[in-house]
Amino acid sequence: MLKIENLQASVAEKTILKGLNLTINPGEVHAIMGPNGAGKSTLGHVLAGRDGYEVTGGSVSFEDKNLLELECEERAREGLFLAFQYPVEIPGVSNMEFLKASVDAIRAHRKLPALNAVDFMKKAREACKSVDLDQQFLKRGVNEGFSGGEKKRNELMQMILLEPKLAILDETDSGLDIDALQVVANGVNALRSPDRSFIVVTHYQRLLDYIVPDFVHVLADGKIVKSGDKSLALELEEKGYGWLEGGAA
Amino acid sequence: MTAVSKHTAIEQGLALATATSINEAEQTRAREAWSQRQWPTRKTEAWKYTPVKAIADGNFIAAATALPNTEGLAAIYSIDQLNALDLVFVDGQFQTGLSADLNTLPTGLVITPLADASEEVRSKYFNKAAGEHATLFGELNTAATVEGFVVEVAKNADIQQPVHIVNVSTQANACMATARVLWIQELGSRATLVEHFTSREGATVLTNSITEFFVGENAQCNHYRLHLESEENLHVGGVYSHVQKNARLNSFYLAMGANLQRVDVVTQFEGEGGEAVNNGVYLPRHNQLTDFHTCIEHKVPHCNSNEIFRGIIGDSARAVFNGRIHIHKDAQKTLAELSNKNLLTSEKAEVNTKPELEIYADDVRCAHGATIAKIDPLAMYYLRSRGISKEEAQVILSFGFINELIEQLGNEAIITYLRPVIAGRFAKDTALAQHLLTPIDGH
Repeated sequence: MLKIENLQASVAEKTILKGLNLTINPGEVHAIMGPNGAGKSTLGHVLAGRDGYEVTGGSVSFEDKNLLELECEERAREGLFLAFQYPVEIPGVSNMEFLKASVDAIRAHRKLPALNAVDFMKKAREACKSVDLDQQFLKRGVNEGFSGGEKKRNELMQMILLEPKLAILDETDSGLDIDALQVVANGVNALRSPDRSFIVVTHYQRLLDYIVPDFVHVLADGKIVKSGDKSLALELEEKGYGWLEGGAA
Repeated sequence: MTAVSKHTAIEQGLALATATSINEAEQTRAREAWSQRQWPTRKTEAWKYTPVKAIADGNFIAAATALPNTEGLAAIYSIDQLNALDLVFVDGQFQTGLSADLNTLPTGLVITPLADASEEVRSKYFNKAAGEHATLFGELNTAATVEGFVVEVAKNADIQQPVHIVNVSTQANACMATARVLWIQELGSRATLVEHFTSREGATVLTNSITEFFVGENAQCNHYRLHLESEENLHVGGVYSHVQKNARLNSFYLAMGANLQRVDVVTQFEGEGGEAVNNGVYLPRHNQLTDFHTCIEHKVPHCNSNEIFRGIIGDSARAVFNGRIHIHKDAQKTLAELSNKNLLTSEKAEVNTKPELEIYADDVRCAHGATIAKIDPLAMYYLRSRGISKEEAQVILSFGFINELIEQLGNEAIITYLRPVIAGRFAKDTALAQHLLTPIDGH
């Protein structure tokens, strides 16, 4: 599904990723943990194709395509989805118009027929329901005035609608209370399938009680410095990152 | 060319001296003022960023009085579902055949050609709101007015049908069309005016239009002014209002038309408890220049004004916004807000914005501000990360920038009419505007 080899990337001429390797097979859930500033969010943005995130070395293939050659929107259409750590507020653009434009673009790319307004609304309402987001949010400006938890649920709602092959959740659990966390986890778990993969970036082991990962990686100073199974997350919670080679305190 | 000869060239073309039929004293004075006042230059503060060379060099003549070709004209200006009373002018000439029958208007509404209005109306109202604030072109308008209408709304009348005053430019030989409206609402009345400026392809008309509002005590006026002429035309105009005690004036301006468009808006509170909303959207592109000079005159206490203007400036276009709030000494407890936000979508686009606050009272609440920005790269990234193309994202974000002002217009027919007109401005390919225009869930 995704193969990252020796990936190096910089932002504003500062090198952040320094030779990162990661392979993800269909159906797997990979958790990435690590100290602040290690490059976790940068990895998400580099994969999503954000302007200004410059790849200086290495390769990334997604479904046997060279991901780095694709424009940001082409990556989304190919099935990559990034749930933003800080979802963007866009006043004046209704959530519904935005979602319809997105779903239409992605379905067109997948050679699926366009959804009519009725079918689209049905799907959008179902997606809202599955993340416990009031339907009123569909009519509001994109993320405009949403609380932190509402923004995160809006991200998941989009993920459910867009049915990605690979979803990257960038600290979707940060700032959520236990109830909201469960809603998020249920949303993810409902989407787990043998041909869909997840990268779950988190600071907290707590999330992984609800979304059980196949692998846990520690990202420190721009590299994966340790990989293991879910027990690694418990170990990290207990010991911190200091004991790992190349890890910061 | 000297300043004097510019005046003379226009005067000769228009045979100005003959227009005294509305109010002889006032028109003679305006004629004199027009001759005496200096032609604006870059050193004239109110015209600093708005060169009027195109007007000076235009060699404008009076519009032909021959019956224009009105075939297919209605399609240019009709607004679906508006159910309006149309008053149609072509190149400044009233078109009886295209207009509502003035003898069968709703009860409480009287519309009269200015020249036929009572002596009282002509002396009491003509140029009484505009005169004090007139620009050079305002004086010209007053001096040159022969057509134009008085709309009177009787005490407590609630006129449901909007009055739709349409000015269509059609001539291709650089003529000047003078438009003049006196809008008078009596106590407790309610009415809607839609001013609509549009054109046939190929027209090169200078429209000089002035509208004066006299919104009586406790009356409410909803006003839409749509500038949609093609880009070969020129427009200088003004909207001058007297808002009486407890009266409310809601105005919305849309500027998309004309190569050069200058509109002066002066709203003056004449009685306590008045409210005015002045909102506007300007969307110049190519080499268009749009200039709004607005002024809220808070002369008396306890009045509220709220003004929001947003502009999106593309290509090599330019915009000028000068928004003034003037709070007089006695205007205590005034609440005044003004906001102007601009989005530049091209490296060559330019905006000059200046909010001005002049306060002589000590117990008021005022806020004003102006911003200039480019399309937010983060918002662009967010949309693209969901599969939306750069081009469509640009259209969606541009529309989103002004959408709030469109959505809050009180008239569904106008919203429905304007959405595609505005979306079409941003989207060179109609497919890019499809998600703004396809209704989802009754939206």
